[in-house]
Amino acid sequence: MQARIKTYCHIKDNKVYLNGQLHFESEGTLSIKDFLKAVYKHLNLKYTKFYKMDEISKLGFLASEVVLEHANNERFDESGIGVVLSNSQSTLVTDKVHQVSINDSANYYPSPSVFVYTLPNIMIGEISIKHKFRGENAFYIFEHFNTEFISDYINSLFTDQKINACLGGWVDQSAENYEAFVYWTEIDGKTENAPEHTEEQIKRLYEIILK
Amino acid sequence: MVFFQSDNIITSLGFSTSENYTALISGDVGIKPINDPNFYPEPFPASLVNTNKLAEKFAEINRSGSFTRLEKMLILSIQDALIQANIDIKSERTAIILSTTKGNIDLLEPEKQNQFEKERVQLWQLGKVIRNYFNNPNQTIVLSNACISGVLALNIAATLISSSRYDHIVVTGGDIVSGFVVSGFMSFMSLSPKPCKPFDKKRDGLSLGEGAGTIVLSKDPLKAGSIAYIGGGSANDANHISGPSRTGEGSYLAVKKAMKEANVSAEEIDYISAHGTATDYNDEMESLAINRCGLTDVPVNSFKGNWGHTLGAAGLVETAVMLHEMQENTLIKSAGFNELGVSKPLNVITKNQSAELNTCLKMASGFGGSNAALIAKKIK
Repeated sequence: MQARIKTYCHIKDNKVYLNGQLHFESEGTLSIKDFLKAVYKHLNLKYTKFYKMDEISKLGFLASEVVLEHANNERFDESGIGVVLSNSQSTLVTDKVHQVSINDSANYYPSPSVFVYTLPNIMIGEISIKHKFRGENAFYIFEHFNTEFISDYINSLFTDQKINACLGGWVDQSAENYEAFVYWTEIDGKTENAPEHTEEQIKRLYEIILK
Repeated sequence: MVFFQSDNIITSLGFSTSENYTALISGDVGIKPINDPNFYPEPFPASLVNTNKLAEKFAEINRSGSFTRLEKMLILSIQDALIQANIDIKSERTAIILSTTKGNIDLLEPEKQNQFEKERVQLWQLGKVIRNYFNNPNQTIVLSNACISGVLALNIAATLISSSRYDHIVVTGGDIVSGFVVSGFMSFMSLSPKPCKPFDKKRDGLSLGEGAGTIVLSKDPLKAGSIAYIGGGSANDANHISGPSRTGEGSYLAVKKAMKEANVSAEEIDYISAHGTATDYNDEMESLAINRCGLTDVPVNSFKGNWGHTLGAAGLVETAVMLHEMQENTLIKSAGFNELGVSKPLNVITKNQSAELNTCLKMASGFGGSNAALIAKKIK
């Protein structure tokens, strides 16, 4: 059985795309913080936990919200829904916030609400809490989006019957930039027209929105 | 099938699995008072790798180049595991998986910022340094999934070998004790003022440790009578990002998934190497999960009372000890434990003892609601 990519979302350059089509664009260029807030408002989410997240968790969370609005994930047993995400910077932006809070012993103020976000898989936790996903989790770090590995790994989880559906992708944030590409893949005979979950297709869809 | 070929452990208790195993049998505790403002303004206990010995050991193998503290630990660990294994690290059929939570995070410290190129703090760069050192042709697979990283990395390695993506995988992992991590756990008020006491009534938080561990997994056994990886699973609590589930749901699901893949019943499990951080919530949660899995009577221990919580190394060093307990048919006393302090009964190991160990379970849980489990079995 071949897994297929049913729906996907890109977030970059102050724009949100659903299945390659522009879904939301902010008025003017906003900071990542203000832009993510604008996306949250646009999606009309009533989820107060959003406000305590760091920026990269917000980015991954919002991309998954856009995808899951169109995934009909309720059809799947929650313990068989995987979340496999990756990026290049881990949580370095938030790491530096925590580091600054401890650099000066005369002005020492480490905070648990910052520190907890210095683990990249916290984003997976946030997505899982919202949707009660209880399946396989993994957060990988690669210099560039490793479509070959991500497709191989998720397909192996399907083959081993460890998952029935999965959120996959790349959610990255550096001091200068941010980028999310999150997709929903499942084994479902009714979606023959959807792209196959292969390295080639993941790469093609990822690159649909040009840099 | 997937086999465990060889392993290495580097902690405060030694630089090889056998050194660590001997120390654990003796009940040694490597968690000592640390008074160093570079880590924390006040004294606190932690388990640190001996710096002089690390330099000495590394000088014996390093030909050139300069490496961070964590890189030295990882390289020494891999080197020792490779000597005992029968694989070709330079083959395209061999991959490296690196498990770490924070990697070279100490390079963010103001006085260390210019010691290495700025990319060195990136986890993928750490993967590249390791791969280049050993001339492995494949991009290192870096996994950063909080405290389950080590067990999850072994699960991933087994998945990739059983799907024939690779023939052999060197699973390595490590983290250092740093000001970054100590201050963070202190801000959570989750560190014990004394060496931690997993599952004990008087437990009052975890102890941090540092270390590196390596396990070589392969499609080929090293010799007859080897131990095989027979199943694994991971699951999210979907409950809270920094606290474990109050019902043990994710941990329960992870163990159930591992048992299903391994095709073993609760009666067949001879021993559990628990996560056992000695925080109130973790140990309580694990007792619920173990109880829900029908494993209440199975002997269980945690090594965190010996060498603390070694984060990205934890799942690897603790699984490596489990494999050696299996080889020796020996259960090791759970350090720091006197009186049960969780709501469900557990068979915590209170003294070293002989036992026929054929099928054993390793559990792990961590921030982000993550849980993982794996099962190892002797193949006769």
